[in-house]
Amino acid sequence: MAEKNILRQIKSKGVLLSDGAWGTQLFNKGLEPGECPELWNLNFRNKVLEIAQSYVNAGADIIGTNSFGGNSIKLEMYGQAEKAARINVEAARISREAAGPEKFVFGSVGPTGKILMMGDVTEKQVYDSFREQCISLSTGGVDAILIETMTALDEALLAVQAAKENTRLSVICTFSFDKTIDNKYRTMMGVSPTEMATTLINAGADIIGTNCGNGFDGMVDICREIRAVHSDIPLLVQANAGMPRLIDGNNVFPESPKDMAEKIPTLIDMGVNIIGGCCGTNPEHIAEFEKIIHK
Amino acid sequence: MVDILNKLSLCVERGKINEASPFPPDMIKQEGAEEFIQLAIMENISADDILQSLTLGMERIGIKFRENKVFVPEVLMAAKAMSSAIKYLAPFFQQGVVRRKGTLIIGTVAGDLHDIGKNLVAMIIEGNGWEIIDLGTNVSTETYLETVKENPGCFIGLSALLTTTMMNMESTVKAIKNEYPNTKVLIGGAPVTEEFREKIGADFYSYEPLAAVNFLNDNIK
Repeated sequence: MAEKNILRQIKSKGVLLSDGAWGTQLFNKGLEPGECPELWNLNFRNKVLEIAQSYVNAGADIIGTNSFGGNSIKLEMYGQAEKAARINVEAARISREAAGPEKFVFGSVGPTGKILMMGDVTEKQVYDSFREQCISLSTGGVDAILIETMTALDEALLAVQAAKENTRLSVICTFSFDKTIDNKYRTMMGVSPTEMATTLINAGADIIGTNCGNGFDGMVDICREIRAVHSDIPLLVQANAGMPRLIDGNNVFPESPKDMAEKIPTLIDMGVNIIGGCCGTNPEHIAEFEKIIHK
Repeated sequence: MVDILNKLSLCVERGKINEASPFPPDMIKQEGAEEFIQLAIMENISADDILQSLTLGMERIGIKFRENKVFVPEVLMAAKAMSSAIKYLAPFFQQGVVRRKGTLIIGTVAGDLHDIGKNLVAMIIEGNGWEIIDLGTNVSTETYLETVKENPGCFIGLSALLTTTMMNMESTVKAIKNEYPNTKVLIGGAPVTEEFREKIGADFYSYEPLAAVNFLNDNIK
């Protein structure tokens, strides 16, 4: 069997569906604020597996891993840095178990939470941390590395390099943008969608995109800006179910599965290749997306 | 004198720490906040005037941040320039020649380990002449209460990034208000809203730091 390759799959199958949120799903399963989510891969393996399976059952072609905060720098905040390799190998194995051999597993790599230009950490520390994570995810059997929710170019570049130089996997990188008061999109570190795209493409990212944010509407604007400069690069979009609102003392993400699904044709028309959810989305959202993407 | 103070303000605003600092690129090899503040002290410029020029620099960068003309890195570098410079005023604070406007106790609430926003707000408020007691992240209600006890008349700032940990603000605010009803509590963070502030009985919320500076300055005891 030829090696599975996400880029080939996009070319032959068209638009692919990814999973939805992990963080908010973990909290629904009893994760306490202040608890290390990635440690659940070792301590509550079955609950993590249930989340992965719920997205497989919803029809997703691509399943992520519970390793967003799995770099050793972030894990050190919980005193768990020495478990980084095990946590990531297990994250990959759990999602592979749910996905089976056919579906894709993307190994999630999130930011370190440190700012390089402030001198909190060195470039080498950040690179080494991402390197360990990418190798471990690869060992656990992921098909690609998904570097996500980035806001700083320097940190994202180190993650892309760590993934490219130490694994043979495809590398995807997404940034999170906010809308400025003059209706532009910038990350909190001031990076624009075009700057992000150009820098990541030059660094060898295979797929780029945007996640989190405030729903699909912003994503359409961001993708339009990227597409105006780069017409060919495959794009991935994972949107929040809107910004959470407080209703009767509970945080409610306002966009229903149907609300979000309505925007999907616009994204497909713009040439977005992989579509899924971020914070506040759940298997019902993904099942609703599935009806449109796989029709 | 005015020239030195203007340059000091500019260095803070632009995040130019000292001559050796490579940031910002267009001010490379020029003198920075540390050089100008030492010069100002040597020239016997009053500590009050010096402090005011630091404040002015931080205010200017705060306005640019509020208007989305600059982003987190520029503000953090400005804050770093300010805090590197303000150290030279330590003897004047100790002698009581200049006084802080008041004390703000700040921390990220229990269960939350995110500190970028909290640090940014703390540095802007410090740059405005306030003393900051930074309790770090994952701060328990008990720690806030103990610190308030040790610092009568202080203000409190609570930060949270996650929708889940934002909920912990409520119990902390209630406990503070219960024991110290006159202590003003400011809250902030990505998921926080004015509606949430009202619900949990905190005194102030803003999506950007300068409004918090204004609130504090308006409530000096």
